[in-house]
Amino acid sequence: MSTAPLRLVTPEDRGVIISDSNQLARIESEAQLSAILIALSGVDAVGAEARVAKLATRSIKKSTKSAALNLAISMVDLTTLEGADTFGRVTSLCTKAMRPDANDDSVPPVAAVCVYPDLVGHARSVLGDSPVKVAAVATAFPSGRASMRVKLLDVADAVDAGADEIDMVIDRGAFLSGRLGQVFDEIVAVKEACGSAHLKVILETGELVTYDNVRRASWLAMLGGADFIKTSTGKLPVAATTPVALVMLEAVRDFAESSGRLVGVKVAGGIRTAKDAIRYLVIVNETAGSTWLTPDLFRFGASSLLNDLLRQRLKQQRGAYVRSDEFSGD
Amino acid sequence: MSDARQDVRKTYKLLINGAFPRSESGRSYEVLSSKGEFLANVAQGSRKDLRDAVTAARAAQPKWWGATAYNRGQVIYRLAEMAESRRAELAEHVGLAEGLKDAAAKSCVSRSIDRIVWYAGWADKITQVLGGANPVAGPFFNFSLPTPSGVVAVVAPQESSLEGFVDTVLAPIVVGNTVLAIPSEIRPTPAVLLGEMSATSDFPAGLLNIITGYTGELTPTLATHEDIDGIDLEGVSNDEAIELSALAAGSIKRVLRPDEHRGDAASLRRLRAFVETSTVWHTVGQ
Repeated sequence: MSTAPLRLVTPEDRGVIISDSNQLARIESEAQLSAILIALSGVDAVGAEARVAKLATRSIKKSTKSAALNLAISMVDLTTLEGADTFGRVTSLCTKAMRPDANDDSVPPVAAVCVYPDLVGHARSVLGDSPVKVAAVATAFPSGRASMRVKLLDVADAVDAGADEIDMVIDRGAFLSGRLGQVFDEIVAVKEACGSAHLKVILETGELVTYDNVRRASWLAMLGGADFIKTSTGKLPVAATTPVALVMLEAVRDFAESSGRLVGVKVAGGIRTAKDAIRYLVIVNETAGSTWLTPDLFRFGASSLLNDLLRQRLKQQRGAYVRSDEFSGD
Repeated sequence: MSDARQDVRKTYKLLINGAFPRSESGRSYEVLSSKGEFLANVAQGSRKDLRDAVTAARAAQPKWWGATAYNRGQVIYRLAEMAESRRAELAEHVGLAEGLKDAAAKSCVSRSIDRIVWYAGWADKITQVLGGANPVAGPFFNFSLPTPSGVVAVVAPQESSLEGFVDTVLAPIVVGNTVLAIPSEIRPTPAVLLGEMSATSDFPAGLLNIITGYTGELTPTLATHEDIDGIDLEGVSNDEAIELSALAAGSIKRVLRPDEHRGDAASLRRLRAFVETSTVWHTVGQ
């Protein structure tokens, strides 16, 4: 079986590929899709883990660190996804998103706030015309266990309320049992429902078991029209890990090479410290390249991470370790 | 063939968050006995080890203060139980480190263990001694209650390797603080040993963190670290204490300067050193 890269025609022609023989083809059958995904080369698990472990030892200091911290802040999707979310909580989250450090306006705003669909309208009204985007988790987040009709309504609802970005979950059950066509169709349909809103496809890698599956799910999502592929919901004990991020970044890199379309990566769940964030940035730079070092193509889904980034930023300025309660909790 | 066997040499490691890591820096230094003979290789902590210890101590503090005073007393008493069963080992180390004869070393260990028990007893009495009901002109109760400062850094005495360590470290702990301690630079092994005992007693992880290393290298980080609420400078010289106090002022820490008068009265001074007073009003109800 060939492992040559697939060639996608144009960014707009979702689901249209050129096969190895350079013949134009539209993904028309599940069998065809399966063939494409199976043709992807397997992931060298030991190699991937060794690679990220090696990259984690990269030392980022002084002005480079300051730049990395600012960049990481601008990449944060400040997230609250609790059953106990209130308007008040979302208000304070949005206020913080626009001006992360109340005492320092040189801190860039974060990329987006990420909330449940029913809170999108409120977030939108608080954020006004600030550059901070509103992201909504839709399609029966986090399990994805609802009918297609309900999922599409969920998406339409969030988009109508003013969401700029939709974070959808794939049906992991369907993916794992080999119903790839169903997952593909869902992504295509949700992308359709998003209209101009950006689509982030959550793979929930903690449930995909193998790196090979992560690579296949990444390609599946990108072929389906994802603007971003995202690691996790953050609702599972196993969330974003560096080897998984490496595999996904390789996927977007290879996809860009074959199709010319740049797809972003969002890592979410369990990233709490500035040190972790900088490690991810190193992996991004060394895997996909510096083109991806922008909020348009790389994001952190997190809540407590922002405070640690701000603390480390302050530590750079003051030369002393900063109080743990220096910045407001979420 | 002789019966001589290869010694199994012990590595003296740090105590951070209930675990015994080597220094993040990978460094260690040689500790000599009072006679100048090689005694042990001891981990040489770095500022990043201190940072980790502060994080651990900060995380452990609310739970430690949230425990009942009676329970805190029991936990500290348990340390005395642990130390009691390992008196001989402690005495040997104190003897080697401080150059004491066998009997003197043993009595030093006994005093140290008795001091632990003495501190354990304070856990449920300190509120009565430092707090009280205040007279006010109105139908209210008004109480002043001692509450812990939070995270306290202790630079333990350089000369008294065990007794001084016990005295400086347990005082902030018994009133509800969590502690990171720098033991004597030249005589750290008895303190490390006590740390090992604390980890097998009922001390929760992060309550007592021990960073061995060069005092002069570690103290500026302690003094400037904003997430430390108080610092006991017993183990530094007066001149150094002045400099460190100035650094500590940057983050408004409580500072306990080195004092020549030790003993019970001084220990009460220590108990008082790292508490805040919170005042509570309550209506006189039915």
